[in-house]
Amino acid sequence: MGAKNGEYEHDYSTMAKNEHKVRLLGAWASPFVYRVGLALKLKGIEYEYMEEDLKNKSPLLLESNPIHKKVPVLIHGNNPVSEWVVILEYIEETWPENHLMPQDPYDRATTRFWSKFIDDKFIPTLGMVLKTQGEEQEKAMKEAEEALKTLKRGGLKGKFFGGEAISIVDISASCLSIWFEVLGEAIGTKFIDSEKFPLISSWIEEFTSIDLVKESFPPRDKLRAYHKSLL
Amino acid sequence: MGGEVVLLDFWASPFGMRARIALAEKGVKYEYREENLANKGELLLKSNPVYKKIPVLIHDGKSLSESLIIVQYIDEVWKNPPLLPEDAYERAVARFWADFADKKLYDSGTKIWKSKGEAQASAVKEFIENLKILEGALGDEPFFGGEKLGFVDVMVVPFVCWFHAYEVHGGFSVAAECPKIDAWAKRCMERESVSKALQDPEKILEFVGFLKKKYGVE
Repeated sequence: MGAKNGEYEHDYSTMAKNEHKVRLLGAWASPFVYRVGLALKLKGIEYEYMEEDLKNKSPLLLESNPIHKKVPVLIHGNNPVSEWVVILEYIEETWPENHLMPQDPYDRATTRFWSKFIDDKFIPTLGMVLKTQGEEQEKAMKEAEEALKTLKRGGLKGKFFGGEAISIVDISASCLSIWFEVLGEAIGTKFIDSEKFPLISSWIEEFTSIDLVKESFPPRDKLRAYHKSLL
Repeated sequence: MGGEVVLLDFWASPFGMRARIALAEKGVKYEYREENLANKGELLLKSNPVYKKIPVLIHDGKSLSESLIIVQYIDEVWKNPPLLPEDAYERAVARFWADFADKKLYDSGTKIWKSKGEAQASAVKEFIENLKILEGALGDEPFFGGEKLGFVDVMVVPFVCWFHAYEVHGGFSVAAECPKIDAWAKRCMERESVSKALQDPEKILEFVGFLKKKYGVE
């Protein structure tokens, strides 16, 4: 797009696509929904957020994600996209400005790998700690600690997991910030001890110092009360 | 595009088969190395220190793991023929179904041979339900990729050689429950990339027997 031979050339298909309304079906406490919201914000994409009551799912949600019936769902125009990773890749490809993924295929593969590792290793921890007690809970916490060791060895490339700018890995790792902090407070522990994990702690500080990142965090007190109610 | 390509794999792994099919579709020459999963080699442990699993693709000395990531890498480096569609929304749909196959087919299939009695019956029901959902996604197209084999076909078809083992242990028939999937499977097998990558279902059945003993499921 741009001026060419004195004429302003439009890529109508892209423009039309990009101008279609964007809606995000979500739930306030969900780290998955947060990830999608953050990606949209980082790209400067305007969207309408629609809060779902997960105990009473809307017809729109059931229609847009009939298979899993879960949030987040991104609806672009009339096209629904589900599963946070799939949504993020869709956002990246549809609105390429402010890249969240590197261009080189090998770097992209590495990005996808760490993004998935974080999701596979830490999200279940949140669930397990909330749902279990005693030995099982301790086991979940130990596994998280092992995963943190692996992450610090392999993941951090600089200020952020993406290097000097945020990438999908940082977005994936957002679950390590407020969710882990608040859960830790609720059970009286600190998941990410700054002495044990200085690099990851400083990543959290760097990451959460960004306004866009903080803006869409769930309210701390509300999240704490919610976690406590589940324990 | 140049550079040596090595695939660390295990003959029966549907995840490894995905990589084999993708490489074959792209006409990429590579060295296949069979791993002994009971005694993992140094190269495997070094190139996938996080999970220590196969498949691992080593391209020009750089290693990657996780079949979904490997297949996407192959598609991005060797562009023809493309496996993922060009349109961003269609790509999202393809990725969704690949994710569905990962989350729903393999786990429920494994449960079938790993369990007994009611748990097994419930696993069979779940597997058939999931397969029917996939069948719905296929619709009346010859492949998930439309006219030609695509990303979702590559991700799902390896499970086909495991169907026989699931059927025998679970007491059901894929052809009876999901005739379109059965027809799709046969269509895929007509492609050399698929027929060469997939294993003889009888050998997989035998392998499952060995696994059952190993896991003490009798």
